[in-house]
Amino acid sequence: MRPIELLQPTPKGLYCPPGDFFIDPVRPVARALITHGHSDHARAGHGAVLATRETLDIMAIRYGDDFAGTTQAASYGERVEINGVGITFHPAGHILGSAQIALDWQGLTIVASGDYKPGADPTCAPFAPVRCDVFISEATFGLPVFRHPPAMAEIAKLMDSLALFPERAHLVGAYSLGKAQRVIALLRAAGHDRPILMHGAVERLTAYYIAQGISLGAVRLVREVKPAELAGAVVIAPPSALSDVWSRRFPDPVTAFASGWMRIRARARQYGVELPLIISDHADWSELQDAILATGCSELWVTHGQEDALVHWAGLAGLRAQPLHMVGYGEEDGEEALPAPATESAP
Amino acid sequence: MNRFAALLDRLVYEPRRNGKIALIADYFRHTPDPERGFALAALTGALSFRNAKPGLIRQLIAERTDPVLFALSYDYVGDLSETVALMWPAPAGAAAVAETSPAPDLPLSAVIDALSHAGRSQMPAVLASLLDRLDETGRWALLKLITGGLRIGVSARLAKTAVAALGTVMPDEIELVWPGLAPPYEALFAWAEGRGERPETLDPAPFRPVMLAHPLEEASLAALDPAGYRAEWKWDGIRVQAARARGPDGAFVTRLYSRTGEDISGTFPDLAEALGFEGVIDGELLILREGRVQSFNVLQQRLNRKVVSSKLIAEFPAHIRAYDLLAEGDEDVRTLPFDDRRARLEALVARAPAQPLDLSPLIAFATWEQLAQVRAEPAGHGAGPDAEAVEGVMIKRADSLYLPGRPTGPWWKWKRDPHTVDAVLMYAQRGHGKRSSYYSDYTFGVWTEAGELVPVGKAYFGFTDAELIEIDRFVRQNTVERFGPVREVVHTPSKGLVLEVAFEGLARSTRHRSGLAMRFPRIARLRWDKPPGEADRLEALEALLDSPAGASPSPDARAR
Repeated sequence: MRPIELLQPTPKGLYCPPGDFFIDPVRPVARALITHGHSDHARAGHGAVLATRETLDIMAIRYGDDFAGTTQAASYGERVEINGVGITFHPAGHILGSAQIALDWQGLTIVASGDYKPGADPTCAPFAPVRCDVFISEATFGLPVFRHPPAMAEIAKLMDSLALFPERAHLVGAYSLGKAQRVIALLRAAGHDRPILMHGAVERLTAYYIAQGISLGAVRLVREVKPAELAGAVVIAPPSALSDVWSRRFPDPVTAFASGWMRIRARARQYGVELPLIISDHADWSELQDAILATGCSELWVTHGQEDALVHWAGLAGLRAQPLHMVGYGEEDGEEALPAPATESAP
Repeated sequence: MNRFAALLDRLVYEPRRNGKIALIADYFRHTPDPERGFALAALTGALSFRNAKPGLIRQLIAERTDPVLFALSYDYVGDLSETVALMWPAPAGAAAVAETSPAPDLPLSAVIDALSHAGRSQMPAVLASLLDRLDETGRWALLKLITGGLRIGVSARLAKTAVAALGTVMPDEIELVWPGLAPPYEALFAWAEGRGERPETLDPAPFRPVMLAHPLEEASLAALDPAGYRAEWKWDGIRVQAARARGPDGAFVTRLYSRTGEDISGTFPDLAEALGFEGVIDGELLILREGRVQSFNVLQQRLNRKVVSSKLIAEFPAHIRAYDLLAEGDEDVRTLPFDDRRARLEALVARAPAQPLDLSPLIAFATWEQLAQVRAEPAGHGAGPDAEAVEGVMIKRADSLYLPGRPTGPWWKWKRDPHTVDAVLMYAQRGHGKRSSYYSDYTFGVWTEAGELVPVGKAYFGFTDAELIEIDRFVRQNTVERFGPVREVVHTPSKGLVLEVAFEGLARSTRHRSGLAMRFPRIARLRWDKPPGEADRLEALEALLDSPAGASPSPDARAR
């Protein structure tokens, strides 16, 4: 039996013919399995949705309670069947509730990993490799130049800057779901005990993380504090807000940006970042390789990102590998969303 | 090396001049000799390693990485040093060592020493071993060092200013002693920190800080007595100080300095060699062809060349037009009044043998009105065919001493009115630093015959803070497309924003779609009143380019 009989790329997303469902479909479908809550993977308007409890909650927060016809919560490690296809969700370590989805059918196992990272993250369950025949991976940072340093070392740079410029607010650009909460948790781990200020766009998801028992310390909304309290504060905001009119309320801020893209100096400079923090929720180059090899797979499918390099490496490592050329991922929200540099597209 | 690498890394992201100075000074303050001195040498471009070149770096990385992965990575990153720094594989066993004890820091002095003394055959092993021992930032800094040109937005002058910030010594005083110094500059740091004597100038032909002029406010002319002032052309070239004196061995040493004291003799070896006087002259460096001064655009083609070929020298012969004398022989004449210095300068130029040196003439005038006419029309008032290279007039008090810096009162510059063009805002880009939330860099265009807008330039200053807020609001409300930090704004004949752009000159350019490059463009006025369809046309600019006095303002060239 060929793997493509169990799972195949279509314009709507990965489709499972025997189970008659999609994984992370980009358009409304009758039945969808969702890996995690970032909006390019989790969209509203499906008939039935199977996802982790946290992912369902996040979708409800973002799209409203009626985001799907029916919902079903999946627990990590618990196998369910749809039309004879076995389905098991496993932790992906990307954000709260993120999962890899393992399908088993007639002796064949395929794992669709969604977005994942093997590195430590105090805000979500750790990534666990799953044995499979075919592993489906993203390749956002699929180039040998992407080696994420330890996240705590990056947080130390932020702490150093706070000590050097105690009177300046530090605006930290961080995606509102996952990265924002992780940065807050890392700051707490580094001993930062002042209240952390938030842009409004970060508020509800942060409240949800706290409600789920993740300890983030005192967080407050920027609009609710006095201007004098902005001095020397850490302010978490979505990256787009750094260049928005909103940022003008801070007299002389230090702008930071927490993203794996900050590894490349030219990228950081293009966005006017003064303090780049290389903190990513995606696997870096060597983590991608380790994760793929740990599954024991014989075949690798690459969904999106820097497919060419990862497919080339897999060939050298003796795996059958192919890019799926999936469209629609990495286009909104999430870390994949860094817009194209201006010099490439503008005259 | 870690501290130095961290400094370079911070400088890359610091857009503000004062911020850069603070970072460098902070590094100097907390780094002992001789480490900081080698860092200063690196920042001022005083280091060069003969046997370490980009070709070697490519060779080393090719031995260690897959060629396809390297090509994909280099293509993505776009910078050789950074690609190699990021891709360089950790040496075997390094991870295990790092677990137990962090790698000891490699002193910058040791790195420089190793690179300076390695022969051609040893260099691959020496460089590879250094790269093995450094972390990513350290590797990046090392590779920047050896590929030359750190390109981190720090000039030699800025680095010296940071040394001055350690104490009360002025940056110009550092320029004075600089030619006699060598890395690691321990005497310089001791002096700057008030712990030592001023280092002795060993250079027989050192730089003297130049005297600068303030822009003239015409209203203030009424209070000045024309009889007490002298006037000269303000040439559109490079301010240059030519110093020539005998060294300890009796042989002449000739140096050309920019107005900030950078030694530019290497860029103009023909000039340095041909000068024959003894003393220090202040003048303008120009390109002369058949006795005619060429425009700044021509001069620019001789600048910033790595190799000065004889062909380049023959095509762009350099010349000094002298207007002041700072020393004659070994006599310092800066304390004499302008008229006395001028008389000595005239005599010195007259008795000098044939050399690429002549006098910038004095302009006769009796009243300020007369001088205004001269300024408006230099060609008919003595500048003749050189008028193209005149950008205004200088006014100097007859009794002015030669004072370093920009004293108020003795010297004025009275520039000609700039050209202006009404152009349409096409794209806006966010600025940096304090302006990072404002769209403050503007690309503007004029209409072609076919009725299309073609970009003719980019400007990011000239407007007031209040105008910036207005333009920013316009950009945000009239965006038609986004490209990262750039927005395309509406620019149809009926809807859009017209900018009155002032500029100093035009040159042909193959790099721009319009075929034109503007010199020193800035926003002069916002023309909210004007529909974009009535902005200027490309042929008006082209006419300006082709007119014999291309540098003269010609309001009729406008299309309204």
